[in-house]
Amino acid sequence: MNAKTSNQKGWLFVLPVVILVAFNALIPLMTVVNYSVQETFGDNIFFWEGVKWYEDVLQSERFHASLIRQLFFTSVILLIEVPLGVAIALAMPRRGIWVSVCLVLMALPLLIPWNVVGAMWNIFALPDIGLLGRIINGMGFDYNFTQQPFAAWFTTILMDVWHWTSLVVLLAYAGLRSIPDAYYQAAKIDGASPWAVFRYIQLPKMKRVLTIAILLRFMDSFMIYTEPFVLTGGGPGNATTFLSIDLVKIALGQFDLGPAAAMSLIYFLIVLLVCWVFYTLMMRSEQS
Amino acid sequence: MSRISLRDVRHSYVKDPQGDEDWALKTMSVDWSDGGAYALLGPSGCGKTTLLNIISGLLTPTAGRVWFDDEDVTDTPPDQRNIAQVFQFPVVYDTMTVYDNLAFPLRNRGVAAPDIDAKVREIAAMLDLGDMLPSRAAGLTADGKQKISLGRGLVRPDVNVIMFDEPLTVIDPHLKWLLRSKLKELHQQLGTTMIYVTHDQTEALTFADQVVVMHEGTVVQIGTPVELFERPQHTFVGHFIGSPGMNVLPCRIDGGKPHFGGQAIPIEHALAHRDGDERLEIGVRPEFVKFDKEGIPVDIVKVSDVGRFSIVETRHGEHVIKLLLPEDEALPSEDARIHFDPAHTQVYADGWMVN
Amino acid sequence: MRRITWLAPTLYILFLMLPIYWLLNMSFKTTNEILGTFTLWPQDFTLGNYVKIFTDPTWYTGYFNSLSYVIINTVISVTVALPAAYAFSRFRFLGDKHLFFWLLTNRMAPPAVFALPFFQLYSAVNLFDTHIAVALAHCLFNIPLAVWILEGFMSGVPKELDETAYVDGYPFWRFFVKIFMPTIAAGIGVAAFFCFMFSWVELLLAKTLTSVAAKPIAATMTRTASTAGYELGLLAAAGTLTIIPGAFVIYFVRNYIAKGFALGRV
Repeated sequence: MNAKTSNQKGWLFVLPVVILVAFNALIPLMTVVNYSVQETFGDNIFFWEGVKWYEDVLQSERFHASLIRQLFFTSVILLIEVPLGVAIALAMPRRGIWVSVCLVLMALPLLIPWNVVGAMWNIFALPDIGLLGRIINGMGFDYNFTQQPFAAWFTTILMDVWHWTSLVVLLAYAGLRSIPDAYYQAAKIDGASPWAVFRYIQLPKMKRVLTIAILLRFMDSFMIYTEPFVLTGGGPGNATTFLSIDLVKIALGQFDLGPAAAMSLIYFLIVLLVCWVFYTLMMRSEQS
Repeated sequence: MSRISLRDVRHSYVKDPQGDEDWALKTMSVDWSDGGAYALLGPSGCGKTTLLNIISGLLTPTAGRVWFDDEDVTDTPPDQRNIAQVFQFPVVYDTMTVYDNLAFPLRNRGVAAPDIDAKVREIAAMLDLGDMLPSRAAGLTADGKQKISLGRGLVRPDVNVIMFDEPLTVIDPHLKWLLRSKLKELHQQLGTTMIYVTHDQTEALTFADQVVVMHEGTVVQIGTPVELFERPQHTFVGHFIGSPGMNVLPCRIDGGKPHFGGQAIPIEHALAHRDGDERLEIGVRPEFVKFDKEGIPVDIVKVSDVGRFSIVETRHGEHVIKLLLPEDEALPSEDARIHFDPAHTQVYADGWMVN
Repeated sequence: MRRITWLAPTLYILFLMLPIYWLLNMSFKTTNEILGTFTLWPQDFTLGNYVKIFTDPTWYTGYFNSLSYVIINTVISVTVALPAAYAFSRFRFLGDKHLFFWLLTNRMAPPAVFALPFFQLYSAVNLFDTHIAVALAHCLFNIPLAVWILEGFMSGVPKELDETAYVDGYPFWRFFVKIFMPTIAAGIGVAAFFCFMFSWVELLLAKTLTSVAAKPIAATMTRTASTAGYELGLLAAAGTLTIIPGAFVIYFVRNYIAKGFALGRV
């Protein structure tokens, strides 16, 4: 669509970025890889263990269980937040004072520190002293997220939707605003229906922005830790023990740095793989 | 096809327009005759896009009415006015093929498939897009995409007028000429009214039969390219058209004749002078200024050789007067004097021609 | 049709405001009241939580610290991301696609993994407990995000726009600042806000890299989980106050985000 010119000067443009990011990324990464292939009994004594930790992790039932829970959670999140976010962005006003009101109010959930989000939803959803808990129980349901796995899931998902959908809304809205008026004018002249406008103009033009939104939500929900940990602690039992929560339990609770580091890397690789696949698909469809 | 009339149209983008500056388009009445090739020429911000959008229906004027033939279309939306518009940046539906792009307006209007097919192929052939029909529209070059934009307007059999809003802005320079010729060719073939907005005088003067020159929201002159050149009705037209632009010099009226530099300037057309405090000026193009034994004394300041002639910059007191010197003529060595061709000397009061 | 589309954002905002109202509610209560009873409005209305925050230096310096490194980080991130995104969008150079994806991978790394190594790294370069340390550390995930977002928006601007400006004789930097940046205003607004937001809420690295001098508000808030149990009222008040700087930021960039693509005359 936009032919790029070959220009090695591009490296000068990206150099500051590369330096700042590499400084932060490479050295720590090497440290982690180091840990992941060693054993320690404390006292900074390390024994080489090779791929033992990786095997252990990949074969463990506990890992499988957490992974499945995580995948399910992330899928539900994406299926709700992305369409919802886009729909709201489409319905938002374009001009006038209401734009400011909408943008500011929608941004508020994003700005609350994640431990506060977890804590406030904890109280908010409690059946006896929380508004949400009271309302749901008042409607006739038997709702107690500290004891019922379904309720715990419901609350966690609701909290995440509340917390993060605005990210999708903001991105989608900015993307929509970037579509030149001429497209809408031409569509008017061509006699296009609102659905046709969405399908042939808005959606294609938002593709890049939507990719960013989807991948961001995937990454962040896949690695989610603080909010569900504060809300449910991973419970009841391990009903809401997602991958991160499990990982921290292993690393801190048992001081098993080896398996923890191995798990971290496997974790990272899964995210990497999914993102890479999705990203490549998106880029390829644009090239054709 | 139809005749388009604008009656007492004026437009402001501001809710409560107070002064003159709030009006993007000052009151005007313009007629566009059926089948004409018009150019709407003027600098950025003069209101030409506003005028275009009022004609196409994308904008409803603050005051005034728009007529297509005998029908008042002021409140009719664009898709019901049977107009087509090509924008500054190519507007194509990226996800569709070229074929589907061209077919889109017809499909929206419920035309039968075989008719659509015939029409699309006809228009594609006209625009040299026949080979590209199955390709994805997103892959075409800028000029190809503009052709698609144009094509979407041409496929509709009932188009009254095609409007172009600076359509060659993003086209490569060497392709601009090709596309311009194609547009002119299409106009001759189809006979549809075409209105072409531009700030480039070359584009305007080569494409149009009639040029509408705009300045600060007002139409200052409508005429053929020749008329605009030889008898600019407003000093702005003189400045804007032609390179170098017209010489504009202050003058005073004495005994019914304009005076400049202490001398009476002979003019051909009668002076319709009103008494008053207007700013009086004489306008004469460099093409119509000649060195002469008698005339206004000047000092030669600069000579620029541009090939077949030279642009000579002279000075009388604090006023600069430019003239064109053919290459076979020599510069006067001393005591230079210049003479204005009476047939092409105009007198302007507050910018407007009064002879 | 217009009337109905109003409904969606309105319902959504109501949904968002409900827990925030609850947060506000809690902030004016004592922890006992929060845990003891269910009231829609504080029975024992108290400003005590807010007073504590405004008067206790460990609390309010936390806000200033966080604000400092977040602003530094946002400015750095967006500033270096702009030319990089432009290069990714307009140029083809050796390794460009891989470099771009590598940048994204840095956003995928869970911060927990980097906590200890960062601690060692920044202590080694003598930057422990400084604002700049946290600002730089946050570049790890914010710069890739900014580059990513900006590149997305830049690719929506036809390349022909660049060339038209060049022909008019603009030097590159002037074209970039005066013509190009306004066309991607929405992208810049969103990128700036997200950098601010992600840096502002990041807890782990900010805590790890600071102790006293640059201690962020998030770290102070975890103190509320003391031996006496959660000081919920205090936490709620602190949480409410945390929203305010970010609200200013989004208000500030609202025009950038909502600005249409003007496609002005070049």
